[in-house]
Amino acid sequence: MIRRQENVILDVITRIMVPFIQIFAFYVIFHGHYSPGGGFQGGALLAGSVFLQRVVMGRERSLSGFHVKLGVPFGVIGILVYGGTGLVAQVFGGNYLQYEWLPFGLDPVWARNTGILLVEIGVAFAVMGILISIYDNLSAREGEGEKR
Amino acid sequence: MRWVPQLTILVTFVVLVYAGFGLPEFGDVEAPANTHVSDHYIEHAYHDDHTPNIVTVMIADYRSYDTLGETVVVFTAGLACLLLLMRGTRREDEA
Repeated sequence: MIRRQENVILDVITRIMVPFIQIFAFYVIFHGHYSPGGGFQGGALLAGSVFLQRVVMGRERSLSGFHVKLGVPFGVIGILVYGGTGLVAQVFGGNYLQYEWLPFGLDPVWARNTGILLVEIGVAFAVMGILISIYDNLSAREGEGEKR
Repeated sequence: MRWVPQLTILVTFVVLVYAGFGLPEFGDVEAPANTHVSDHYIEHAYHDDHTPNIVTVMIADYRSYDTLGETVVVFTAGLACLLLLMRGTRREDEA
């Protein structure tokens, strides 16, 4: 059994890098209106920051950052945010995903702008959650984890 | 009743191939998709959404329903991976 060596340099660099990667990910998501980017890319970046923690710090220690159990729930939340945006618009009188009808008290153009943002956030959550849970599943040791 | 699934697949196949002949030629300039839709998107994207990035407007607004499906596909594919791998979980009957 190979033991993971604690490496101070990697550890410190990771601690410094991860917040910046996550900030950049949010920038990509929220700036999707003005530049290339959006939910899929931002979600992948968010997942990447968690992968870095997992690889460098090891599975056990990185769990305080993002727990293994959170992956799939995050994916579900993302899809619910997306679908929920559509449903809210429908409940308030429009068609499914017709953002003009979102009840924010904004004029229709800005309501559509906000609708795009909500949808992108949903996509980002879904992509991040599912990528992380695939990584966790691949890197898990056989028989580890809870019984099912 | 064994042949029912095969027959269903065959009928669907034939219908889809038949429908395929109704599609416009690839790269046809006169096709509806190339005459109305693109122009409409390019002209109206900014005024509809105050969003300079036309691609974002198309993906998340005009074709939002498509993107919802895309997201669900990504999610479902991921879930299928998890189910196939199933590592890190033990079944009750083992050990």
